[in-house]
Amino acid sequence: MTIPQSHVAALRDAAESGVSFDGLSVTVDDETYTFATPDERHTGLSAADLADIAAANDAYVTNWHYWTRIDRTDSEQEFLRWLEHADELAVPERYDSLSEDGLTRLWGELSITTTLDAGKNEDGDGDQRRYSIRHEDDIGADHAELAVYHDPLDAREVAKHDDDGRYRPLKTAPTLQTGWAFTDLNGRALLRTIDFLYPATVHNWYLERHENLDVSHWRETAQRQTGIYDLIEELDGEQLEWLTEACCVDSQCLKRRQWDESADEPLDTPRGDGVFPCREPCSLVIAVARKLTLLEREQTHEYTFELTPSEKEQLETLIDTVADGHTEEIREADADNGANRYRARYLRAKRFDEHGQLSGAPTPDADTEN
Amino acid sequence: MSRAHAQSGTDTKQALVIVAHGSHLNPDSSAPTFDHADTIRESGAFDVVREAFWKEEPSIREVLRIVEADEVFVVPLFISEGYFTEQVIPRELRLDGWDVSTWESDGTSADYATYEAADIGSTVHYCGPVGTHDSMADVIIQRARSVTDDPAVGPGFGLAVVGHGTERNENSAKAIHYHADRIREQHDFDEVKALFMDESPEVDDIAEHFDSDDVVVVPLFVADGFHTQEDIPADMGLPTDGPGEYPVPGTVEDTRIWYSGAVGTEPLLADAILERASDAGAEISDAIERVRRSTRDRDVVVGKP
Repeated sequence: MTIPQSHVAALRDAAESGVSFDGLSVTVDDETYTFATPDERHTGLSAADLADIAAANDAYVTNWHYWTRIDRTDSEQEFLRWLEHADELAVPERYDSLSEDGLTRLWGELSITTTLDAGKNEDGDGDQRRYSIRHEDDIGADHAELAVYHDPLDAREVAKHDDDGRYRPLKTAPTLQTGWAFTDLNGRALLRTIDFLYPATVHNWYLERHENLDVSHWRETAQRQTGIYDLIEELDGEQLEWLTEACCVDSQCLKRRQWDESADEPLDTPRGDGVFPCREPCSLVIAVARKLTLLEREQTHEYTFELTPSEKEQLETLIDTVADGHTEEIREADADNGANRYRARYLRAKRFDEHGQLSGAPTPDADTEN
Repeated sequence: MSRAHAQSGTDTKQALVIVAHGSHLNPDSSAPTFDHADTIRESGAFDVVREAFWKEEPSIREVLRIVEADEVFVVPLFISEGYFTEQVIPRELRLDGWDVSTWESDGTSADYATYEAADIGSTVHYCGPVGTHDSMADVIIQRARSVTDDPAVGPGFGLAVVGHGTERNENSAKAIHYHADRIREQHDFDEVKALFMDESPEVDDIAEHFDSDDVVVVPLFVADGFHTQEDIPADMGLPTDGPGEYPVPGTVEDTRIWYSGAVGTEPLLADAILERASDAGAEISDAIERVRRSTRDRDVVVGKP
């Protein structure tokens, strides 16, 4: 077993003030070193002895070096350690897993795998971990089947469109395209890549773990708005329930909603099970809220329609199908499904008049401009 | 943002944040922002360069927390001073105590103001919009050169600088007039006019505004979209085969129109972003010169001849 000479030198230097990290303990007293792990303890070591013992315990030493000698922010450090279960797995166990298949965590739709790659880094640059990312749906895929990237900046294009080529205005929508992988990343490149795929999620996750997440609830967010958005303050609590059910549940966004109507007025809509938090209503929710606020200014009217029971059910099915995003899944000849295109066209032919009005019932002028 | 795990780097880290509008609907809206950010990244002028958007992510609200730096230079990729630069962006950045009067601007002269961001405490040098910087005149000229493929374009040509214009914000038109006036004084186009979509003088009657047979039309917009790809070509009467499909040059009445598309897509715009940050105290040494060289050498395809 070998470790870079620079690691040994760094360990000797650090011993002056005492090393205590992930089970490794190294101290020095009068140029005599003590080296201990949970499994062994060596005292009375010369510098040369220390180098030998360090080499024999390379996992502990490289682990210490990787986590204490590389420039990272607190959130980056905590996230990268979370990825390899550093708080749960002791070093030998962790290194066994890292050097075999690696350790994998899910982050939204991302599958992130940490592996050891000591062999490539004999120069002691500290990159003893390598990271790779792919879509969780591609976990079993061969590299040859995937478009492989190494530059974090390429993540911007990956994040832009879904598998059907549609633009994704919301980065954390569960519609990330498949068929790609970022491989052989160092920690910094991994974090930059995630930051383009799911901006700010790592930092906000970190803040939440330390109970420092700055949540902006709906009322203060709405109150902050100006210009064309200042009117969203009109939405009431019930309408906010509908809005969050429409936009913020797991089927629409992978962030876990931590904001409510206000700190004292929780919303009943499920917050979601996402690993990273949502700290305030996003710009997409604000934009949708604006349209809904305008529409909610209208008064209801009574209409008289005649529909067969099946036609009424068909309208319900149509709305469900659009709301759940399942229109593409309905087979061409599936006449049993009310949202089938032929069924919908038949209903339109039968129930719409020449002005496109249901059962010929006139639509009253909207009471407001929207 | 603390760096408890740092062992290296006692130098001050500086970051550039380019703030743009972005879009929920148009995937190309952010493209110029990313392109200019990449140019500046390649120049190595900043430790960190990050894009942020009003309508996309990272949001303006959250960008500062993901930028690890001691000093942050925020440059709005907007054409004029107004609602976004004066209200929305400072509010969303949480600039503590923001007061637009610290810019002491006459509507086109905002340079920068230094504040602390209330949520994370970083020092933010908040700059005036890219669109009103003096160097935008060079970008407009470069755009004219690109679209005509003529490095000496000027004599024999008219130049129309086209803005959106809006009755709601007088600064919108001021920025257009400002550049048109400077180019008229400093360059050798036969005629230079400021024209608008939504106020007079209007771009609709383009041929009537010029005596020249050849007129370069440069719209001062950040990104190509509905306005630059459909509205303005249609307003001018350019024959089009769909959005963005217009001849260069195209003929309107007897005038050849060299329509360039959005000035924001011109690679040299990265220089104006750097100039903004430099004016605010960013130490970027020779990056401006390098960016100027690299973006001027670049082949630029404008429109579809």
